Amino acid sequence: MNAGTDANRKSLLSTYLQVTPLTVVMLLFFVVPVALVVLVSFFRYQMLVGIVPQFTFKNYIDLLTNPTTWSLYGSTLKFTVIVLVITFVLGFWIAYFLVFHVRNLLTAIGLFLVCTVPFWTSNIIRMISWRPVLGREGLINTALIDTGIIAEPLDWLLYSDFSVVVAYVHLFTLFMIVPIFNSMARIDKSLLEAAIDAGATRWGVVWNVVLPLSKTGIALGALFVVTLVMGDFFVVSVMSGGLSGSATSGMFNDLQFLNYPRAAANAVILLVVVMLIAFSIFRLVDVRKELVR
Amino acid sequence: MKAEKLLKKSVSRRAVLKGGAAIAGATAVTGFPTVWAQNLKDVTINHTGMSYSTLADIARQATLDLGFKVEMSVVDHPGLTNRMIQDPNSIDIADAEIWQTKVFVPAGVTQAVDPKKIALWDKITPLYTQGTFAGKPVSREGDSPFEFMYRDAIDGTSFHDGPTEWATFLPGVYNADTLGIRPDLINRPITKWGDLLSDEFKGKAAIQNIPTIGIMDAIMACESAGFVKYGDKGNPTQDELSQTIAKLIELKKAGHWRALWNTFDESVNLMAAGEVVIQSMWSPAVTAVRTQGINCVYQPLEEGYRGWGNGLALMSHLEGIKLDAAYEYLNWYISGWVGGFIAKQGYYISVPEMAKNFLNENEWGFFYEGKAATADITSPTGEKTNSAGEIRDGGSYEERFSKVGVWNNLMDEAEFLFAKWNEFNAA
Repeated sequence: MNAGTDANRKSLLSTYLQVTPLTVVMLLFFVVPVALVVLVSFFRYQMLVGIVPQFTFKNYIDLLTNPTTWSLYGSTLKFTVIVLVITFVLGFWIAYFLVFHVRNLLTAIGLFLVCTVPFWTSNIIRMISWRPVLGREGLINTALIDTGIIAEPLDWLLYSDFSVVVAYVHLFTLFMIVPIFNSMARIDKSLLEAAIDAGATRWGVVWNVVLPLSKTGIALGALFVVTLVMGDFFVVSVMSGGLSGSATSGMFNDLQFLNYPRAAANAVILLVVVMLIAFSIFRLVDVRKELVR
Repeated sequence: MKAEKLLKKSVSRRAVLKGGAAIAGATAVTGFPTVWAQNLKDVTINHTGMSYSTLADIARQATLDLGFKVEMSVVDHPGLTNRMIQDPNSIDIADAEIWQTKVFVPAGVTQAVDPKKIALWDKITPLYTQGTFAGKPVSREGDSPFEFMYRDAIDGTSFHDGPTEWATFLPGVYNADTLGIRPDLINRPITKWGDLLSDEFKGKAAIQNIPTIGIMDAIMACESAGFVKYGDKGNPTQDELSQTIAKLIELKKAGHWRALWNTFDESVNLMAAGEVVIQSMWSPAVTAVRTQGINCVYQPLEEGYRGWGNGLALMSHLEGIKLDAAYEYLNWYISGWVGGFIAKQGYYISVPEMAKNFLNENEWGFFYEGKAATADITSPTGEKTNSAGEIRDGGSYEERFSKVGVWNNLMDEAEFLFAKWNEFNAA
């Protein structure tokens, strides 16, 4: 009896000890910084001085009543949705091909590694390298002009929404492939055979078996893509030639002026928006349940 | 026995450390010449500034010449003021633009420079120290160097009109900026800032996306084109700013801007790749385009140049031998090598006559005297930028600085400007 509770207590203690490192890390590097950002977002800003610790709602009111904020968020959301759709379509079919069409496991792993090749260079290089391809005197325009298809170079290829989406898709599709690949790899192949035996079409199998069983991967992939695009400042400014802004570029401009309070308020708003999106994704798919399956 | 030895060792080590700290902490020479020289060798001076003047080559040469280590950290404009105020101890010497003094001097993070400790102080261009150039007063539209050159005390947090015993910083590199153009792709002479907004360059023009500087290019262009009238271009009102930004947005919606560039390399690529034929540009960017064998001209314009200047400010935490090392570096900085090096990327140094020793006759004639090159001119890295016979855009040093129309600045309505610039970005 006594020994039993002792053992219980011991296991309880070891459980606490086991979660301590992660808790400490989360507290130090996540909870404390976020709490500070929230705190500063309610402080007053004084021109050229910076933060004045006086409570105010002004930063939030300024931001929420400013049409610029809304149009920046609108443009960021637009990019998020477009990129989400394209990376999902690409990611799903690439993963599908790797898992169900490539018979040889070694080939599949090899092809999977090929997908990661672009990640061997920095993302700045991957992004900038689109310029000589898409530019006015770039590969595509030169080829089209030389073959006589067009007379004037296509300006919308670079420094446009198009080039921003191209760069995002290039940079982020892998984040969709990996989790979907992971989910699909866990699907028991005999399920597919059973479905075909029971008279399902090829499409029917994809729609009714593969898609529902890979939704954990899709949800995780979507989460990666959403957070990456929503938090991006660099890709959009480089690829649009500074012509498009993002939610984060407003923060950047505030920081030029030491306006930390308004930048912090903007960060809190962005955090809330991303958390709402993450929350709705998790409402659709119970990732935790699926992961321990 | 062994333990005892170890103990002794550690004690003596600690004693040495203590001694070192005491020496480092003292503000005057403490009479330990050997330790002194030894310590100076161990000093590292951190020079932090923007990419155009914070060059690794300068640090390398300084380390070689001075015998202690100088290292460079490159940041952008907001990055520098942010670092200076939020983390002042991480910098020793800040290479700041004139208008940035308006942020960091009131914040009290720097100590004034003592002109008596700068051997060449009297040789520094009067552009900074007197507010005159070639015997004439310099334009005070915008933040001209002289207005922010002096303070009342070593730790003074406001500026003093006219010379005092305490300088805000050591004048460093400076230049007069204008528009860059591709003469091979433009079939007429460009003479006015207003040409930047001309319809014929629709989809082929760019402006810099750095609000404090971009707005000055926009103001020069809008005034020249007759779109907006300004009382003081260096300190526009909210109404004038609103009109200027409205014009920029109108042009953006009409597809006038090919891009808004944020960094030096972006402006080089835009020009070299033929995306843009007329745009805001910095002098070394023009040099960089020319080294690729592409003709790019830093076009002088009727309304004059947009001037800017940098200075080296000493951070407050410097003391003892580190402060002495910092002063040695400042003295070295204006003693010629830097001036010669940066002349080749189109900049000027605060003591031009010392730079002369580090330029050959051809280079001095080309960069400072407005003479035709007698042989090929090369960039700091050795690539050819101009052929023999060519004359520098804008002519001589004197001609150039006599025509500064307005200075880079931090305007009173800066906060309003930032909000408006955000609108321009989002439009």
